[in-house]
Amino acid sequence: MKNEYIPQLSEIKEVIKHTDLEYTFRMAFDGEVKPGQFFEISIPKYGEAPISVSGIADGLVDFTIRRVGKVTNEVFENYVGDKLFIRGPYGNGFDIENYKGKEIVIIGGGTGVSPMRGVIQHFAANPQDAVSTTVIAGFKSPEDVLFKADFEEWSKTINVIKTVDNAPEGYEGPVGMVTKYIPDLKFKDIENAVFICVGPPIMIKFTIMEIQKLGIKDEQIWTSYERKMCCGLGKCGHCKMGDKYVCLDGPVFNYTEAKELFD
Amino acid sequence: MGYKFSKDEMAKIFAKLAQDYDVFAPVVKKGDGTFSDVDVVRYDQVTSLDEIEFNKKSDYSFKEALLPINETLFYFTEDETTVPKGPEKKRLIFLRSCDIHAVKRLDQIYLDNKFEDFYYKRTREMVRFVLMGCPNTCENGFCASMGTNETNQYDLYIKVNGDNAFVDVKNDEFTETFKNGALEDVKPDFVKENKVKVTLPKNITKETMSSELFKEYGSRCINCGRCNFVCPTCTCFSMQDIFYKDNEKVGERRRVWASCQVDGYTEIAGGHGFRNDNSDRMRFKVMHKIHDFEQRFGYQMCVGCGRCDDVCPEYISYSTLINKLAKECE
Ligand SMILES: Cc1cc2nc3c(=O)[nH]c(=O)nc-3n(C[C@H](O)[C@H](O)[C@H](O)COP(=O)(O)OP(=O)(O)OC[C@H]3O[C@@H](n4cnc5c(N)ncnc54)[C@H](O)[C@@H]3O)c2cc1C
Ligand code: SF4
Ligand code: SF4
Ligand code: FES
Repeated sequence: MKNEYIPQLSEIKEVIKHTDLEYTFRMAFDGEVKPGQFFEISIPKYGEAPISVSGIADGLVDFTIRRVGKVTNEVFENYVGDKLFIRGPYGNGFDIENYKGKEIVIIGGGTGVSPMRGVIQHFAANPQDAVSTTVIAGFKSPEDVLFKADFEEWSKTINVIKTVDNAPEGYEGPVGMVTKYIPDLKFKDIENAVFICVGPPIMIKFTIMEIQKLGIKDEQIWTSYERKMCCGLGKCGHCKMGDKYVCLDGPVFNYTEAKELFD
Repeated sequence: MGYKFSKDEMAKIFAKLAQDYDVFAPVVKKGDGTFSDVDVVRYDQVTSLDEIEFNKKSDYSFKEALLPINETLFYFTEDETTVPKGPEKKRLIFLRSCDIHAVKRLDQIYLDNKFEDFYYKRTREMVRFVLMGCPNTCENGFCASMGTNETNQYDLYIKVNGDNAFVDVKNDEFTETFKNGALEDVKPDFVKENKVKVTLPKNITKETMSSELFKEYGSRCINCGRCNFVCPTCTCFSMQDIFYKDNEKVGERRRVWASCQVDGYTEIAGGHGFRNDNSDRMRFKVMHKIHDFEQRFGYQMCVGCGRCDDVCPEYISYSTLINKLAKECE
């Protein structure tokens, strides 16, 4: 039987620097992957960290990593040609089929954009698959914006609102929290709208409150949860919420399910 | 098939068994109990029948024999991993009825919660279970309330009574070993009733989650985690990488038992935690044992062994808490 704990060495093919603290590592990987799934990335001696897939291409997966501690700091010491250990993919991921033919609104905060990037890419490349696609992405300041090149590319085919919480004087572009843009959203048929919203817990909370004011039903909302994870395999217990294991049953949840989950 | 032996004959058979199997059983360890100079009954490898403590309930459960407190998953160099060998010999584990029911819970998580666990499985396949009877109820156990007081899921039943020993063989693997005994109808000792009785709360709702009881009990908890470590159904672990002092390029990745009552269990980068308050941790543990697991798998997790109540240095009684919660939920 397969020993799921054993990671495979994977080569870093490209490093894309977004900010001082956030890089995308493009890594070699062959196999099925869905946006919203995650891998355990590790460096012997430093440990493992669960990281979402932020892009998928033939023989490649992207990980957009924020350096915050032991493992992630050490990841940043590696360059193109170096290798990292990875195992996965784990979790359910987003199912593109759920959003086809809908009026899609994708709302992300900071690194929360990563797990949804694959979904955005699909609808940016195939805009005819949806009635409409709108992305609202929020970052702390202009220096914190991730995926700058992507936003330019995406805005050619779908609606993109890239906003920052605070900006220095003279900054051109939207300023304010993502929640600010929700009341102005227009729909042809509100029953046919779907929302995907990923970010820090506090951002998810306020965003969903705002979405609900539009009259959107719980089953039209999707989110992804981040919890402490040591295994990704439904064994270590750290990610359990109620009767769900975020690593197995999530991290992507429809809000009908997500709202029932207690920490 | 049931057999009767003299105790001496049994001791000889046992010594032979211990050559073919690694035998794990509860033994008395001098003076390292909860209250330092008290003896503790804990699982260890034994080679003779005399070493086994048949009377007192073990303070720690059998689970150490299946899931080591810390287990090396693999050794690593900078670019290679090596998995350590699994058990070479089959294992015999002596345990009681409640604990045999607990094995089913461990199997559920480690074999049948989507992924199979490589390490657990390879050990589990080598394990045979020897039931020890319970002629009398233990102190804090409530197996009868949880329906775990009886079982037929054992490979062997062994009872030593004065100068005699009785065996019930359920697994043909042992027929040869015991075939020379005098035939006898052997029925395991099971308790019918405990001193502690537990009624599980029905109609658990969102309101149950915010019960004052969790505050009351949680506020006394000192987050030592012992209630989890002694529990035969707790399965959580954390990952740990260690490297060797004399060669920093070489080391191992381990998993180590973890407790949802101890600080750091939910902590993520930046020092964020999800259940910082003890009342939330108490609620999380209790709900898992009597509600969440059941919602997911269709049967209760807690087997009512009472060890968590035995071990708690703050005298927090989980069974009392559940009974009070049941009253609240009526
Ligand atoms: C499903 C999922 C997807 C994620 N996707 C991304 C991503 O795309 N990009 C990104 O930068 N980060 C992501 N994270 C967060 C990332 O896993 C943590 O930042 C990382 O584990 C921190 O590890 P560290 O050793 O560098 O930090 P430290 O603070 O030194 O880690 C301390 C300990 O906490 C654990 N830990 C810390 N934060 C988390 C966390 N959020 N989740 C689980 N365990 C944690 C680590 O495993 C480690 O054991 C994701 C987390 C989850 C659960
Ligand atoms: S919760 Fe307590 S009584 Fe129930 S199985 Fe665990 S240790 Fe035994
Ligand atoms: S044994 Fe008692 S004090 Fe220790 S963590 Fe459990 S409930 Fe808290
Ligand atoms: S990450 Fe270990 S159980 Fe979910």
